[in-house]
Amino acid sequence: MYYLYLATGFALLLSFLLNRNKTTKALKIAFKKFVKIFPAVLSMLIMTSLILFFIPDQAISDYLQNNNGSIGVITASFLGSITLMPGFIAFPLCGILLKKGVSYMVLSSFSTTLMMVGIITYPIEKEYFGVKVTIGRNIISFLIALIIAFVTGIFFGEAL
Amino acid sequence: MMQRGNVIKISLISIYLIFIAGSIAMGFGPGKDIGFIFSDFAMDMLKILPSAFILIGLFEVWVKKETVEKHLGEMSGFRGYIYSMLLAGTMVGGLYVSFPIACSLYTKGAKLSIIFTFIGASAICRIPMTIFESSFMGVKFTAIRFLVSLPLIVLTSILLGNYLAKRDYKMLNRL
Repeated sequence: MYYLYLATGFALLLSFLLNRNKTTKALKIAFKKFVKIFPAVLSMLIMTSLILFFIPDQAISDYLQNNNGSIGVITASFLGSITLMPGFIAFPLCGILLKKGVSYMVLSSFSTTLMMVGIITYPIEKEYFGVKVTIGRNIISFLIALIIAFVTGIFFGEAL
Repeated sequence: MMQRGNVIKISLISIYLIFIAGSIAMGFGPGKDIGFIFSDFAMDMLKILPSAFILIGLFEVWVKKETVEKHLGEMSGFRGYIYSMLLAGTMVGGLYVSFPIACSLYTKGAKLSIIFTFIGASAICRIPMTIFESSFMGVKFTAIRFLVSLPLIVLTSILLGNYLAKRDYKMLNRL
């Protein structure tokens, strides 16, 4: 995170030294864009809080432990699609589940859909891409996640 | 019609906020939990979004349209996909950061298939996340994910991009 602040600060300083007007313009653009997308961000946060309240991490973890087969792959990918978890929470969780005996295949479908498919980020995505393309892109990503899970299963000797 | 949608949205958001405020005031547990998750994620996003948008702003004023067109536009060829994946590797946060960046790239002349490759790759191969992933799940797990996903992402992005280009699709770049 600090690298991001450092990079931003450095870029801003450099830009300011090179051209003051351009830098002011850049900040104006940044502010305008942020304000315009803010309602969608708010919708996303509200959805996140409601979904994570009704489907907490603990429930996901319990569920994945008890549904470990090929049906587990399908349901894990649905769980991954509807919830949202930052990587620094998701992967340690997957690591714990792996030690508890959950298959690579199931964890792959869960973590990949978690990152690629976003029902929760839908309000933001549709502002940029429109409703149809957003739905299309998410369906494609869902299918890719299933393929990845399947190949993972083959390589770890869990599928077939 | 549009306005009616907005009214519904604003009233739903208001109901939500009143519910959370009420829960905190009256000590209603579930409401407080929901509010806590909300503020937790809001903080996470607010740590990243201002920096991301400042960088987007700087990108828009400093980078020439011709440069983006040449490397990521219609004539960019295969190297464009490589560039977009490398750029994706440097992303932080989640897809919500990648969407506005994709939008800026698009207005500067990047083509659709490259935009979709960027979005897909930024979900899968952000470098900080990948290091995390392989340390918990093993290098083999991450390698399989990369080797299977990247070709599929590029392929589906080309298919989707070409299909949409034929239908005169335009990204909503009023944002």
